[in-house]
Amino acid sequence: MVTMSTELTKKGLAQQLKGGVIMDVINAEQARIAEDAGAVAVMALERVPADIRAQGGVARMSDPALIEEIIRSVTIPVMAKARIGHFVEAQILEALGVDYIDESEVLTPADERYHINKHEFKVPFVCGCKDLGEALRRVGEGASMLRTKGEAGTGNVVEAVRHARSVYGEVRRLQNLPQEEWMSYAKDIQAPYELVAEVARTGSLPVVNFAAGGVATPADAALMMQLGVDGVFVGSGIFKSGNPSTRAKAIVEATTHYQDAHILARVSSGIGEPMVGIEINTIPREQVMAVRGW
Amino acid sequence: MLREVGAEPVEVRTARQLAEVDGLIMPGGESTAIGKLLVSYELLEPLKALIEQGRPVWGTCAGMILLAKDIGPHRQPLVGAMDVRVRRNAFGRQLDSFETDIPVPQMGEEPVHAVFIRAPLVEDVGPDVEVLGKLEDGTIVAVRQGNLLGTSFHPELTGDPRFHLYFLEMVRNADMQRDNAPPAERLPATTSASLS
Repeated sequence: MVTMSTELTKKGLAQQLKGGVIMDVINAEQARIAEDAGAVAVMALERVPADIRAQGGVARMSDPALIEEIIRSVTIPVMAKARIGHFVEAQILEALGVDYIDESEVLTPADERYHINKHEFKVPFVCGCKDLGEALRRVGEGASMLRTKGEAGTGNVVEAVRHARSVYGEVRRLQNLPQEEWMSYAKDIQAPYELVAEVARTGSLPVVNFAAGGVATPADAALMMQLGVDGVFVGSGIFKSGNPSTRAKAIVEATTHYQDAHILARVSSGIGEPMVGIEINTIPREQVMAVRGW
Repeated sequence: MLREVGAEPVEVRTARQLAEVDGLIMPGGESTAIGKLLVSYELLEPLKALIEQGRPVWGTCAGMILLAKDIGPHRQPLVGAMDVRVRRNAFGRQLDSFETDIPVPQMGEEPVHAVFIRAPLVEDVGPDVEVLGKLEDGTIVAVRQGNLLGTSFHPELTGDPRFHLYFLEMVRNADMQRDNAPPAERLPATTSASLS
């Protein structure tokens, strides 16, 4: 008997991306540059987060024609973003045949209380998280992959670090709790008990977790890997830099060789200007993306 | 899984690490990305030499693509050691990923539960290639040629250790053929991804 689109194939694709870099691209040409640089997947979108931040307005799912063009142009998996709670955008992305949907805080949320019921879809989902409770709520809703949120479009890695430290710190704390404390812990972090129990037993997250939101340099990527993430999303950091192709390749190599400082020194050398960064506390409160998601 | 079957896994990212292993698993992932890193870090020639020396190498999914001599119209770096023609993303996109049972007599009577994720298939095999497993419609999805093993699917995802034990046996036999080599198996996953 053949069964299609199972839990194992959905979570399994994320397993195959481990150790790799997923890059934001806005057209077929950028997608090919990303593939040539060694990206393990691309995220197809109309505007990179830095431009969404700069231009403002409502950010929505990309034009399907653009996504299809990107799908045709590369052989690696293509991901695309739907607004939080916008299950019709997700239905459309599934119909287009994208390989993963990112239910993303980078777009303007469509629902202020509820996320998409991801169990209903055959296509797998990746979702953002700031802490363990948020991570396990998303997995409970059917996410097959996680990413720390960071603060997209800033070129500032500090939020990504905060969120990774929070998630893995809570995993370590939970691992050391006696079983009678699991239920109260689940209540405190507002996460499903069964998933809390699974993390307590295994000492690891139930799905693959990448870093995202603010990675701009090879050293940023290696920092996130050393903090324990399984791979890295780079959004604006590549195509908003001085030399996208060179920087993309350097970030791929830094993610693979994240523990080898000599290689990191070499790949960080002479790769042109990074994107201009933004100090987090200069961002107006209503424009902070990481707080979107419930 | 590798530890459970008695191997000592190490991750291989450089030629120096590659020189220390008794057998090599090239895991799933994106064959384009892995191929580029094999070229940038000058691993292609050492890998070919390792295979030439008779060391066992097992490619799953992307790993099998990299082992193949022929992948049709795609132009990308390959180890190119196995006499098979492989088609990438042969079943379609992620939505076409699936699980099924396939009979593999070498693994015993119980069929192997196989997980195919954006998987490749084997379109054609040379005379020295043994076909280990096929789908119901005859599509070839597991092959062996001497010290090389290739699977379209991911035995590391299902908890069934038989393919891992089979490969470990290949490593032991290769060890015995090499003069009095020590029996410790070090089975690395190559490049960036690692098997669990």
